[in-house]
Amino acid sequence: MTEDEQALLAKRPDLAAIARWVAPGARVLDLGCGDGALLRYLWDAKQAPGYGVEIDAAHVVECVRNDVNVLQMNLEDGLATFGDRSFDCVILSETIQAIHHTEQLMRELLRVGREAIVSFPNFGHWQARVQVTLGRMPVSRELPYQWYDTPNVHLCTLEDFEDFCRRLGLRVLERLVLHAGRSVNLMPNLLGSLAVYRLGCGAPS
Amino acid sequence: MLEDPFSRKLNGFRFRGKRTLNAPQPTPGSVGIVEAKKASFTEPLPLRSGAVLPQFEIAYETYGELNAARSNAVLVCHALNASHHVAGTYADDPDNLGWWDNLVGPGKPLDTRRFFVIGTNYIGSCFGSTGPASVNPATGKPWGADFPLVTVEDWVEAQARLAERLGIERFAGVIGGSLGAMQALQWTLSFPERIRHAVVIAATPRLSAQNIAFNEVARQAIMTDPDFHGGHYYEKGVVPRRGLRIARMIGHITYLSDDAMMEKFGRVLRGKTGPGFDFDIDFEIESYLRYQGDKFASYFDANTYLRITKALDYYDPAADYGGDLAAALARARAAFLVISFTSDWRFASARSRAIVKALLEARKIVSYLEIDAPQGHDAFLMDDPRYHGALRAYFGNIEL
Repeated sequence: MTEDEQALLAKRPDLAAIARWVAPGARVLDLGCGDGALLRYLWDAKQAPGYGVEIDAAHVVECVRNDVNVLQMNLEDGLATFGDRSFDCVILSETIQAIHHTEQLMRELLRVGREAIVSFPNFGHWQARVQVTLGRMPVSRELPYQWYDTPNVHLCTLEDFEDFCRRLGLRVLERLVLHAGRSVNLMPNLLGSLAVYRLGCGAPS
Repeated sequence: MLEDPFSRKLNGFRFRGKRTLNAPQPTPGSVGIVEAKKASFTEPLPLRSGAVLPQFEIAYETYGELNAARSNAVLVCHALNASHHVAGTYADDPDNLGWWDNLVGPGKPLDTRRFFVIGTNYIGSCFGSTGPASVNPATGKPWGADFPLVTVEDWVEAQARLAERLGIERFAGVIGGSLGAMQALQWTLSFPERIRHAVVIAATPRLSAQNIAFNEVARQAIMTDPDFHGGHYYEKGVVPRRGLRIARMIGHITYLSDDAMMEKFGRVLRGKTGPGFDFDIDFEIESYLRYQGDKFASYFDANTYLRITKALDYYDPAADYGGDLAAALARARAAFLVISFTSDWRFASARSRAIVKALLEARKIVSYLEIDAPQGHDAFLMDDPRYHGALRAYFGNIEL
């Protein structure tokens, strides 16, 4: 693993899982792509050509500097720019919690992509539960904001998210739950702080 | 649409006119003193209209050096009222600063230490290339109304000949704003193998009915001027000045956002403390428009203006594909950078998004920036740090 990859993975442990699930050469759409680090990594490691969508101008300029394709758009406006099934994989990494029109966007993910990868901080993690029990809003590595400055509007737990997917008719193909960069298999909704899902269309067979 | 003096005024100086305290100063990293050149072509140029231009000249300027591999050439296409004078100043006219001097120069976003930059004028212009005021070889008199209507496609054909003349088989990039952006886009369609990157700024894939309507009002202003003489005013020794100035005033309104105009002029009265209750100038904006109209009428050719607005109206690469822009763009091979400005209501961001959508559908490489800038259509001439930062980064990543 190169230093770049290590730096990326240390900063964003969910990206390792995402990178593992993206097939070589896949067409990738990364929604809320930040400075384009994941796309850069996917291109270098998987030759997966990608597009990022980002609203923040400074991030968009960073993407251009990182030589990744980026489209400055607001995800809240939907994904009308993108055709049906025009991507192999649509990624929404640690972005869903900050989206207002969550249901609309989730439906769009699997219109535009054959598969979707969604990661988010788990609000059911024990540290969050303890903090709420003690009468405080949770603040953690995954949720570093104070209640008054957080961009997060739609936080959920693993159970909540999986219910939501069932309601939308989305199938969970794979799930990886992490804490401190390590996989969590035991009581993931309690011990995992970050969840990564690979989703497809249709009910489980 | 325009490389416009207003933008320069916003920055505290004027683009053209007499030397003043606010005379344009080359920004640090200017290419310095430049010279306009001309290339003559005797091979006839068949035009989209069916007419043939028997011979023609193109005015151009170059900045930087063509590298040994001839892989670092960037063509800059201008919009409605500008010219090939993109950067630097002239030895005999030091106040005449190139219209995109803030972008092009050593160390600037389009870095002339790395790229060989060519500013090209289009045929039909009144700034040096063959146009309506040029002599018609068949008659020995100015072409006037007989100069054929030229299109964006024709301009690109002529520019391709200039590229051949300069020994450039393939451009590293073609860049333009507004009408210049249409030329950059057309380059990817007319000569897909001869352009690697297209930078398409403040663009539209075709004019809307409203855009055409504004152009028609401008044309009517010119053509109904008693001094127009059906386009043959050169021989009468007159200029349809009234028409031109109204055309310019109309255009000007569309290049600025409501907010930018309000910010600059508000409802401030011109040398008065109250309304004059007559038809002299009351408000600053009236004074400004009259000033711009007069200035424009003093240097711009009416026949050129008529033709350029028609070139705008006619441009519609999707027309041959049943309106399917993605199908039209299928043959492009270039990578695209598309940039729009949120306050541009002439060619609104939605038009640029339509280009982006079609490029995605056609599976092209594209990046898109939607800059939240207040200046309106003319924002493409400003040096907004995000806008210029993105251009710097984009050009920096172009391999030579």
